[in-house]
Amino acid sequence: MTDTRKITVTVNGERLTGAAEPRMLLVDFLRDELRRTGTHVGCEHGVCGACTVIIDGDAARSCLMFAVQADGAEISTIEGLAANGEMHPLQKLFSEHHALQCGFCTPGMLMTAMDLVHNSKDHSPEAIRTGMSAALCRCTGYVGIIEAVTEYARQVHGDAAVADRDSGENSHG
Amino acid sequence: MGMKPARFDHLLPSTLQEALSMLAEHAPDARPLAGGQSLVPMMNFRLARPTVLVDLNKIPELAYIRDAGDHLAIGAMTRERAIENSDLVRAASPLLHDATLNIAHLPIRSRGTIGGSISNADPAAEYPATVLALDATLVARSVRGAREILAAAFFDGVMTTTLEPDEILAEIRVPKAPPGSGGAFVEIARRHGDFALAGVAAQINLDGEAVTDIRLAACGVGPGPIRLTAAEDILRAGGLTDAALAEAGRAAAEAADPEGDVHATAAYRRKLAGVMTRRAVKKAAGRARKTV
Repeated sequence: MTDTRKITVTVNGERLTGAAEPRMLLVDFLRDELRRTGTHVGCEHGVCGACTVIIDGDAARSCLMFAVQADGAEISTIEGLAANGEMHPLQKLFSEHHALQCGFCTPGMLMTAMDLVHNSKDHSPEAIRTGMSAALCRCTGYVGIIEAVTEYARQVHGDAAVADRDSGENSHG
Repeated sequence: MGMKPARFDHLLPSTLQEALSMLAEHAPDARPLAGGQSLVPMMNFRLARPTVLVDLNKIPELAYIRDAGDHLAIGAMTRERAIENSDLVRAASPLLHDATLNIAHLPIRSRGTIGGSISNADPAAEYPATVLALDATLVARSVRGAREILAAAFFDGVMTTTLEPDEILAEIRVPKAPPGSGGAFVEIARRHGDFALAGVAAQINLDGEAVTDIRLAACGVGPGPIRLTAAEDILRAGGLTDAALAEAGRAAAEAADPEGDVHATAAYRRKLAGVMTRRAVKKAAGRARKTV
């Protein structure tokens, strides 16, 4: 006998209900049950960051949560970034800076960056590099990604926020 | 399609008492689910197959950071992200703040909890070594009552603690750093956020340049967190001279009991234990000088 529970979540402002066994991961619930396939699933053990979504305000791995734990939660995914057919400024910057090739990691990169830029206090180059190390890309390398996120942080917080404060003390040349 | 962990029952208590009753009823098959950032990966790989999960995530009374006079009282379900952002923690325990910044990545710290990390007792994890160096008191709760356990008596080998199957870690009591003291956590990983190849937590008290008290603990270089008592003795006797630091580093390397794996050989980890010890002590001492 299968133990299936009714789960209701708000995804990008839309209330959605589906069924999940306790062992169903949140990412599989989003993709397979709610058919919101923008969030990708990679390593399934929290290392790659492809499945990162924003849950009740904070970025988290949707492969390390069960759907039953998200009942009642507010979830933001990549599908909620574009509005009225216009890409979100962060998405435009990813495009301009060639911050993706195959695009598999991009949903997680974008949600990681949204949390980092909007919820963290430190947007120095070091902090952005450290913060974005939460997600792995296997084709572009990270230069374009870091440029895009830095430019977005500049747009949101201004030039001073993204300035290098360490003047070389921690640089590794 | 998307069904990796083995089947289990999910229980969702809303109070600590309710959680303890559920654990008592289902022990030893039940496991508490804290932030899930270590347990869920193990379940996804089916390395862990608990039949009952008692989910602690909806118990508000387990998530707090309180000033309790001479110590901070931290609820076990306090998220690492909340500890990282706490001005109270930053002021009262720079070591705990430092250690938190070294834990994985921000999206992991959004969910991961201090109680979960300590109870999981991963040999490479930051918090077990940190609570050893802090001389923290860990409060376990069960339907049978409460029990205070010194951090030194809590860890019992690889991913093993002295908690009973019906107990959960409910509170962590962190002594406040007194004036003249400094704390620091230093680690080396292949990429920031990866498991530490070696890390050291240092808590130090200075009177001028004399070391009046020091506690050092290492992670990633043994079956559990290792208190580096020989290195402590050398620095307590010899002060912070280059010679004493070098000798303490050698003692720390000797105390390390690492295994080699794909990330680093045992010999390299042993060497790192010494290097991290010197760096952590210097950083902690630098902070101690500033607080006088």
